[in-house]
Amino acid sequence: MISNSYWNPWFGKLTLNAIPTDSLVAMGAASIAVLGAVGTIVLITVFGKWRYLWSEWATSVDHKRIGIMYVVLSLVMLSRAVIEAIVIRLQQAVSVNHSGFLAPEHFGQLFTTHGTIMIFFMIMPFLTGLINYVVPLQIGARDVAFPVLNSISLFLTAAGAFLIMASLVLAPFSTGGWTGYPPFTGIEFNPGVGVNYWIWSVSLASIGSTLTGINLIVTIYKKRAPGMRLMFMPLFTWTSLCVAIMMIFAMPPLTVATALLALDRYLGMHFFTSGAGGNMMNYINLFWEFGHPEVYIIVLPAFGVFSEVFATFSAKALYGYTSLIVATMAIAVLSFTVWVHHFFTMGQSANINAAFGIATMLIGIPTGVKIYDWMLTMYRGRVRFTSPLLWAIAFLVTFVIGGLTGILLSVPPIDFMVHNTTFLIAHFHNVIIPGSLFGMIAGYQYWFPKAFGYRLDERWGRIAFVCWTAGFYLAFMPLYVLGLKGMPRRSVETFQSSFEPWLLVAAVGSLLIAGGLISLGIQLYVSIRQRDRARVAAGDPWDGRNLEWSTSAPPPEYNFAVLPHIEGRYPFYQMKKLGHAYPQQKTYQPIKMPKNSGLGPTIGVASAALCFGLVWYIWWLAIVGTAVIIAAIIVRSFNRNTMRVISVEDIEHTEARWHAILAAAVPVSRDQENVPANVGLAEFMS
Amino acid sequence: MNLGRELRKYVIGMVMALTLTGIAFALTIWNYWPVRTRFIIIIACAILQLLVHFRYFLHIDLEKSHRDDLQLILFSAFIIALMVGGMLWVIFNLNMRMM
Amino acid sequence: MTNSTTPLPRLYPGMNLGETDPDTHEAAEELVFGFWVFLMSDAVLFALLFAVYETMVNSTAGGPGAAQLFHLKPTLIETLVLLASSFTFGMASLIMKFKQHVVLLQIALIGTLILGVSFLGFEISDFAKLTRQGAVPQLSGFLSSFYVLVSTHFLHVLSGCIWILVMLIQLSVFGLDETVKTRLLRLGIFWHFLDIVWIFIFTFVYLLGLL
Repeated sequence: MISNSYWNPWFGKLTLNAIPTDSLVAMGAASIAVLGAVGTIVLITVFGKWRYLWSEWATSVDHKRIGIMYVVLSLVMLSRAVIEAIVIRLQQAVSVNHSGFLAPEHFGQLFTTHGTIMIFFMIMPFLTGLINYVVPLQIGARDVAFPVLNSISLFLTAAGAFLIMASLVLAPFSTGGWTGYPPFTGIEFNPGVGVNYWIWSVSLASIGSTLTGINLIVTIYKKRAPGMRLMFMPLFTWTSLCVAIMMIFAMPPLTVATALLALDRYLGMHFFTSGAGGNMMNYINLFWEFGHPEVYIIVLPAFGVFSEVFATFSAKALYGYTSLIVATMAIAVLSFTVWVHHFFTMGQSANINAAFGIATMLIGIPTGVKIYDWMLTMYRGRVRFTSPLLWAIAFLVTFVIGGLTGILLSVPPIDFMVHNTTFLIAHFHNVIIPGSLFGMIAGYQYWFPKAFGYRLDERWGRIAFVCWTAGFYLAFMPLYVLGLKGMPRRSVETFQSSFEPWLLVAAVGSLLIAGGLISLGIQLYVSIRQRDRARVAAGDPWDGRNLEWSTSAPPPEYNFAVLPHIEGRYPFYQMKKLGHAYPQQKTYQPIKMPKNSGLGPTIGVASAALCFGLVWYIWWLAIVGTAVIIAAIIVRSFNRNTMRVISVEDIEHTEARWHAILAAAVPVSRDQENVPANVGLAEFMS
Repeated sequence: MNLGRELRKYVIGMVMALTLTGIAFALTIWNYWPVRTRFIIIIACAILQLLVHFRYFLHIDLEKSHRDDLQLILFSAFIIALMVGGMLWVIFNLNMRMM
Repeated sequence: MTNSTTPLPRLYPGMNLGETDPDTHEAAEELVFGFWVFLMSDAVLFALLFAVYETMVNSTAGGPGAAQLFHLKPTLIETLVLLASSFTFGMASLIMKFKQHVVLLQIALIGTLILGVSFLGFEISDFAKLTRQGAVPQLSGFLSSFYVLVSTHFLHVLSGCIWILVMLIQLSVFGLDETVKTRLLRLGIFWHFLDIVWIFIFTFVYLLGLL
């Protein structure tokens, strides 16, 4: 290692030593990252797709394209984080009374990146992607309120993800956990660049999410189709609205916390240091003022997905529509009142702990309301056990278990006993995996036909479901036991032989989860190969009830040739009931849509450069990045030619093609939805 | 609404803002009253001036209370009160217990 | 809450152009609402910096505290300058709404810009004076939080000044068209918002610090 005072004006602290040649595992990961990147570049070049990617995807401001790009980013990051999880589990399984195969430093980086990626670069992009894709369609809008801002948000998130991937090759990453508590992450105890990577990647994601939140609030408030009252909106749009509101209020504490930590590290200030008046408890408080609302930011969209899935696959209207909305809003507000339960042991008085403990327990009430609403939605419905519904049912059962252990943890004395043990790890995986990840996968399976025009393979979907669910129980139930036995979280090595069998079971579980991830990959591959047998171009494969199913699959870029008039809840169901689901319009109006813009990718690349420069103390790069961002925004503000018009002929052509498909389609009953006969036209059965 | 009326709003706002600023600054050096009283009055002046700026410069008032932005401001104020209040409660309590 | 059923006169923070330019008024609806949402997010950020400052106000680590460092006079000057700039921006908004006169509008904006830049100048000289006294942000938690709170506001005013500059150029290039107007509407809200943040800075940092 070279000394920390080394600094070069061109490369800052970056030297060849940054490549992790000392560890086989780290070197393997770095090689995979490099090979993946090089392979992708070579493939794109060989197939000559650069222009296509640039003009159709990177510069696109279409909310549907942006949504898909978010989900792709998320799936890439999910693969990395799941691999890391398996390595962590394997290390712990073999390190009872042995040192295992990982060095402590490396292990620390693994659990830090696993957590950081899962929260900021897997679930957040996934839910943002789903919301982006679905919400404008559900409210009858042609795009989000600020399409270019949407693209900027995407590329800021992507820039953060790039930093995390870069840290594999130009190591190290932080070892401070996904929460990055000082003083450990302060410059005094962590003089390397690892914490810098964490700070800047998380900051980029946080700014991206704030901008997304602003965009979604305005979209849902101001761009609803005529007649779409707030209380007519689908549940997924409602949860998205609550999430957007939470994003704009919960992200600033994170931005403040990471910014102040950065100032401590870069300029020698004393916010969270152990001397000169610093107070690290401020950081912990700020972090969880973000961190707790964040938990509900990632859970609520999944609740929205489940609400859609339960209603659709039970062929019933949602039970307790209003109560579900009230419960969502209650959860959103309560989530800002419970953050102290993440640090009951910090030393504040028992009264404060009691107050926040009670507030925490209160959240169980609206959540319980939702669980009952979903169960009653299925009650006496014609339930079809398709893969989205299987995920939803697995969620229902598993989430209740996780929630109950949460109620245990909300009691401060119990929390004192199991604080910092694997009991906590088991608890939060037990709520986040079913409560968020299962929801995201269910949403992916549910809306995939809408986005791409063909259904996903059902058999591999079921295999993935079985692997994930069984793997989850095997991997995390043992951690409850281990936590009660006193195993500390994040242990690279343990010295208690009785831990070993449980850790082995958990490791097997993690391998099963890997099988689940691979099955999802195979499902996608098989579905693409056999797409001609699963086409649902007519657009309504599941006999859906909300507006997004009233368009073709995939929808045209303008979504709705004529904006629908909404007269009540479940507008598409109402239209089908009255027999005018697919009205033939006589005349169309030209539609104004925003032009593609290079601003998003430019800001993404420039902010990646800015943050990479900051990580390695390469000041010129940071200055160039900042200058490019400011210049790009100013230059863009002089561009008056930002809109284009889709002509009436184009619209007529697109609509005529879709109506021809509709006319040729044979309606299928719900029981046939997974056979090739389903081309996306549902038979109306009340 | 015509130019004269809108101009009058700005002038009224300006005069009120100046008065409140003046009171707050004067009380800082006016040491005939106890610190506690002056402390409260200065904070009251700041909150009043906040309302004045909202009313006269940003044109937000309660009469048009069916507006999205007023709900937004009130909800933001609520969240800020929760966050700041909770933070001060926890941190001051910790400071006290570490004395 | 809904605005789609009854055609209410749409209203949003800041200057409303409904009477003189209904089209721009309509177009500004989403833009201004979105900007206002952003400002609320920004307000949370400032509120937290204030809270951090309050928790650290006694963490002077043996160094100088508020009473030794702050002076009433420069704070008063800065306050008056910023308040005056709020007023001149109000005049600019009135000109935009009622007179539609580019040159007059530019004069009002240049006045605001001059006041904004002098505010920045006064703050820089304040910071320089503190630095000469040895009161640098690295000295104590109190000073770190003071500098970060005040310079976050400083950076906002600086971006406001750059924004005014860009709008002056756009006024010359494009005249007073719809896009320029909606941008000036948002810039106005931004400017008034920064003045509100300053009220809290002079109250909680300077006045209560000197009390």
